[in-house]
Amino acid sequence: MFTVEGPDLGHGASPPSRLESHMAQHFGPLSTVRPGRRTFLKGLAGAAALAVSPELLAACGGGSSSTSGSKGTGSISFGSNYSDASTKAAFAALVKNATADTHVDVSVNTVDHNTFQDNITAYLKGTPDSLCTWFAGYRMQYFAAQGQLAQLDDVWDTIGANFNDATKALSKGLDGHYYFVPIYNYPWVVFYNKSTFNKNGYTEPKTWDDFVALAKKMKGDGLIPIAFADKDLWPGLGTFDILNLRINGYDFHMQLMQGKADYSDPKVTDVFDKWAEILPYCQSGANGRIWQDAAKALETKQAGMMFQGTNQVAANYQPANLPDLDFFVYPEINPTYGQDYMDAPADGFIMPAKGKNGDSAKKVLEYIGTGPAEQAFLKNDKWDVGLATNIDQSNYDAIQKKSAQVIAACKNVAQFGDRDSDPAMAAALEALIQKFIENPSASNIKSIQSSASKQAKSIFG
Amino acid sequence: MTVAVSPPQSGKKAVAEGPPPRRSRRSRRVRVLSRRDKVVLVLMLGIPLMLDVAFIWVPALTSVLFSFTRWNGIGSLHPFTACPPPPAPSILRNGCYTGLDNYHQAVTIYPQFWPAVEHNVIWLVVFIVIATPLGMLFAVIIDRGIRGSRIYQSVLFLPVMLSLALIGIVWEFMYSQNYGLVNSVLGRTSGPGAIDWLGNPHINLWAVLVAATWRQAGYVMVLYLAGLKAVEASLREAAAIDGASDWQTFWRVVFPVLRPINAIILVVTVIESLRAFDLVYIINKGSNGLELLSVLVTNNIVGEISRIGFGSALGVVLLVISLVPICFFLYQNFRREEAS
Repeated sequence: MFTVEGPDLGHGASPPSRLESHMAQHFGPLSTVRPGRRTFLKGLAGAAALAVSPELLAACGGGSSSTSGSKGTGSISFGSNYSDASTKAAFAALVKNATADTHVDVSVNTVDHNTFQDNITAYLKGTPDSLCTWFAGYRMQYFAAQGQLAQLDDVWDTIGANFNDATKALSKGLDGHYYFVPIYNYPWVVFYNKSTFNKNGYTEPKTWDDFVALAKKMKGDGLIPIAFADKDLWPGLGTFDILNLRINGYDFHMQLMQGKADYSDPKVTDVFDKWAEILPYCQSGANGRIWQDAAKALETKQAGMMFQGTNQVAANYQPANLPDLDFFVYPEINPTYGQDYMDAPADGFIMPAKGKNGDSAKKVLEYIGTGPAEQAFLKNDKWDVGLATNIDQSNYDAIQKKSAQVIAACKNVAQFGDRDSDPAMAAALEALIQKFIENPSASNIKSIQSSASKQAKSIFG
Repeated sequence: MTVAVSPPQSGKKAVAEGPPPRRSRRSRRVRVLSRRDKVVLVLMLGIPLMLDVAFIWVPALTSVLFSFTRWNGIGSLHPFTACPPPPAPSILRNGCYTGLDNYHQAVTIYPQFWPAVEHNVIWLVVFIVIATPLGMLFAVIIDRGIRGSRIYQSVLFLPVMLSLALIGIVWEFMYSQNYGLVNSVLGRTSGPGAIDWLGNPHINLWAVLVAATWRQAGYVMVLYLAGLKAVEASLREAAAIDGASDWQTFWRVVFPVLRPINAIILVVTVIESLRAFDLVYIINKGSNGLELLSVLVTNNIVGEISRIGFGSALGVVLLVISLVPICFFLYQNFRREEAS
């Protein structure tokens, strides 16, 4: 139920009802609202709670932890943010198979998805489990660089043969060592209903011009060309990512995400200019709409297309409507980069440096990094795809089969705007994107770029 | 505050009940406090003091200290070592002293800061100008004992019993652009005419303030009702006999008698506006037109962003703003106590 919050959270469930979606959207954050609601120094409560938290006070004393992880065998605990019923079941199946294979007793410690994310810093510094769920990308590298994660090079000596180079790259920290074992990923693509396309004689656009022409045609036919929502703040990052990847390529995108390129660069202006070109064809009032409502507009065929992750759109569809759902890869804009890149966020597992019984934990990770383990997980999950090259794809549905193909066809995949960048910068960009959606004029684009550039300097500087 | 005031009173009481004075002044002062008195005194003063220091002073002062640092919550903190100059990798510029940088960034390049201040002020003004008089009006009407007043009272009080988080969810359903009650009633659920109540930064603050007022008015009503019940009927009778109209009776007689209630309501209003948080956090985490200082503090500190120093600086700004009405209230209160 909590899986509908973020791009990483969407690996959920039989499609949640609207009410469930709303509730999920809310009850996640609630857990962080609680402390200190009654005190009238309300705003200070966050700071105050932090100030007295023992871990943080302890941190004042300094001290660094070893990144080799703990030794020791025996039973392990596994911290999980798969709090949704169906992913919880998928994870339970995985753990059961892991125990059968490795004879390591695993106790699962499930925490609500958002709470887990909000507490990650304190969690890793306190008394973390032997293993826990996390995301690939800078979000993992950030903690690895600060000695919070155990190196997994020896695990990868065993499982390395099961993965391609792209997967290996996303499992490495900035220092080139491994810190992550993935379980699945999913692509960000343009969804549509086959029936709508057949009825109106639309075809999948391959280039930007075709895409804009199709959007125009749909508008003429009385459809919302592109269902769009950005109230949750993160969905807009997906469009920013893909336009930047298409126009400026993977290397520039990653430099920008990590504060090595400047947001005031004219290349970024191109991104917003292209976006402004299709914004009139996007569902209006996006800043006030949750993505589930946008997905519903697509499902009810009020909208022609929608750009988002399979993990959200396919997961949100009623099973009866799923056969009608199809997608195409975001069209080419700059021939230099063609359709070489996309966002394909990977979820997986890390080993906190402070976890116990590291030897057993590594045995479990060695099992998880195999095709059969991913299959065990994906038995209950029909919107994500495994990353192991030796996975048996016979149980995949059409969306999954196509997902695996389009990801494999990429030269490189990004993780997502909020996974590839510093969280503070991702939040700053999210807020600015809402301003852009509100007013996509050239002068506003300029002020947005200038603000992003200044904030990036203060965050990365 | 009451906690802090009461122990000395009990101390005085202990003095009064002590053994009768027999010896010289100096030794008597030592003797009057028996061992038991001292233990009681220490406990009654010490425990509240300890709690006060541990939960108010330490966190507040720590926040002030943090606000001069750049720290992501990981790694060691050296609040008295200056950060290396900017070309240093960001990982090295962590847990160190940056002087007033955080404050400077907040007021210059953090785009959410000034809107947040503005929204806090608007929130306060709407509460004072609309919510409070509305609550007062409800209270006066209900107090007149109109038919079904108990039902009105319950209905108006109901929102006060709901948590603000829940109110946020309820109103979010009502304001939903394509499926909400408000747009359905207006017949504007689709097309360009659909009103984006919570997403349009020009109207969402007002939409949220309607929800906040819906609750605040009930709260104020209950406080005034309690006050009105305490107004002696003879005052009204006397006013009526002197030929005062209802309007005059209320403004010239009843309202002045309600002065203590008014003071409480003023303080409650200011506090509620400064601690406004739950509603906007539920609706969109305080972004896009709904920025409030309290949310900015939380957004920067809690979660993965972990800009502890920067968030603390915003917290200190909120603390300073909060101190103004608090000091004013305390000053008024103590002055009244001295006078009486």
